[in-house]
Amino acid sequence: MKRPWLWAASLAVYAFLYLPLAVVVLFSFNDSMLNAEWVGFTTRWYGKLLHDEDMLQAAANSLLIALVSSSIATVLGAMAGLAMHRYRPPWMPLLVLTPVAMPEILLGVSLLLFFRQVLDLSLGLFSILVAHITFSIGFVAVIVRGRLAGMDESIFEAARDLGATPWATFRRITLPLIMPALLAGFLMAFTLSIDDFVITFFVAGVGVNTLPLQIYSMIKVAVTPEVNAISTLLMALTLTLILIAARFAPDVLKGRS
Amino acid sequence: MALLEIRKLTRRFGALEAVKDVSLAIEAGEFFTLLGPSGCGKTTILRMIAGFDAPDEGEILLDGVSLAGVPPERRPLHTVFQSYALFPHMSVAGNIAFPLEMAGKPKDEIRRRVKETLALVHLEEKTESFPHELSGGQKQRVALARGLVNQPRLLLLDEPLGALDAKLRVEMQSELIALQREVGITFIFVTHSQQEALALSHRIAVMRDGRVEQLDEPDTLYSAPANRFVADFIGKINLLDVEVVASSKARLGLRAAGLGEIAATDPRPITVGERGAFALRPELVRVFGRRESADLKNRFEGTVRELLYLGDVTLYKVELADGCVIEAMMPNAAPGRAKFHEVGDVVTVCWRHDAGVYLRN
Repeated sequence: MKRPWLWAASLAVYAFLYLPLAVVVLFSFNDSMLNAEWVGFTTRWYGKLLHDEDMLQAAANSLLIALVSSSIATVLGAMAGLAMHRYRPPWMPLLVLTPVAMPEILLGVSLLLFFRQVLDLSLGLFSILVAHITFSIGFVAVIVRGRLAGMDESIFEAARDLGATPWATFRRITLPLIMPALLAGFLMAFTLSIDDFVITFFVAGVGVNTLPLQIYSMIKVAVTPEVNAISTLLMALTLTLILIAARFAPDVLKGRS
Repeated sequence: MALLEIRKLTRRFGALEAVKDVSLAIEAGEFFTLLGPSGCGKTTILRMIAGFDAPDEGEILLDGVSLAGVPPERRPLHTVFQSYALFPHMSVAGNIAFPLEMAGKPKDEIRRRVKETLALVHLEEKTESFPHELSGGQKQRVALARGLVNQPRLLLLDEPLGALDAKLRVEMQSELIALQREVGITFIFVTHSQQEALALSHRIAVMRDGRVEQLDEPDTLYSAPANRFVADFIGKINLLDVEVVASSKARLGLRAAGLGEIAATDPRPITVGERGAFALRPELVRVFGRRESADLKNRFEGTVRELLYLGDVTLYKVELADGCVIEAMMPNAAPGRAKFHEVGDVVTVCWRHDAGVYLRN
């Protein structure tokens, strides 16, 4: 092995990143109320989750919000991506992508102010949905635009030339060609939505809980094995979705826009 | 009535006039070529015919009906793009079926026509392949088949052979000619390659800076170019600045600076004292050794300065007494002899009195 110090350094970094996650997973199977020492293997914390009414309600909310917000964000984001590609307005990327780069806490505060002070909206499921759509659009738009950028522009002219109306061109040519990007964008938006804490915390109000909010309220008391179990499930879901997204749009994970 | 008529077409992009007052009439069944260097406006004209771009002035008529405001999908003409523009998510058969599906043809007719057209371009065994599995030449054939399958009134071809290698390009040229004869569809072909244009076309419009410089059949274009640009753009040519010193009954006396008098012909009435250019194709110039006799009116002594041996022919660059250089192309047709003259040989160049063309300034 060449350059052993380089290997050691990277190993240390990976350990730093993934050991805490591994500990959470490990202790979710620990047959003890305390996250202190390994007692024995059990799945009873997972069983207990199934009987926790608050937890189940929060999970249902999270799934609903993620499903609806990422669906709508995919449609709007695809439209933004198509518009950025086709008309290339110089101001548009800035406008669409700013929420992606904006600190979450800033976005959370500004959305809260906007909902309460400007719209006088009561906070709840609807405000969470709007907030999640807002920060997801940019991601979908970037993925769709990246897909279109690698394509021969004359394909779309060829379709028109061969007798397709603009709508038929979109349905038969554009849509199938950007489908992988749409799927990847949808999964990305879903992932972002289901584990978002900061923005949701600001715009949720009282009464509506999501999984991350629920976990947070639980650890205010103590990090119970139940928290470990639900975190492990959330982690597994997120990871699966990211892997599926990476399959459909490999360039997303490679960091090409 | 012409199939396609272009009347006083003008297209501006900002300050640039890409197409300036172009008028053309293209007949049914014709293989018509727009030829010119890049940026001459030929592709802009093609895009306006296809409907991707609209003229600022003038109009385009198909069968006497204006195409103004008609979107691309409702024009009975198809385009073969330089990049082929095949749909990457559709098979060869799917690509070719596309225009038929858009035209709402019944399923069994689509199947039959796709099959026939695939046979026309010799691609039967690639029916289920996808574009990324095809070679350049095969993609080219699919693009042609897709453009022809719905029997358009006109097929527009935008540098369709540009992306092929040299050998394949020559093969595809013969196929294009055969194909056009077989289907009888009018072709409008855009190219910057004068060789391609000469080989394929019934008529050629040579363009420069948005204007048509000359519109003629290939042999006329080659043997009687209308001006310096066309003469220089099409094939190799010697161009000499001359002054008319004698003119009577289609016979001209031209004086090239320092060279002496050249005998030429021109049916137009030309006044003595006029200045112009004398254009002479290298293959019409003979090169003789000093001891060989040449019974031609135009003969000048010179020295071979350079030669380019090309196998079947040799291109000689002969410097004449006054320093002007004439290029001559001679076939190497003697058994056992590779070429006739060497660099440094003193030779006589000569040509018939009707070999060259006088071009007015």
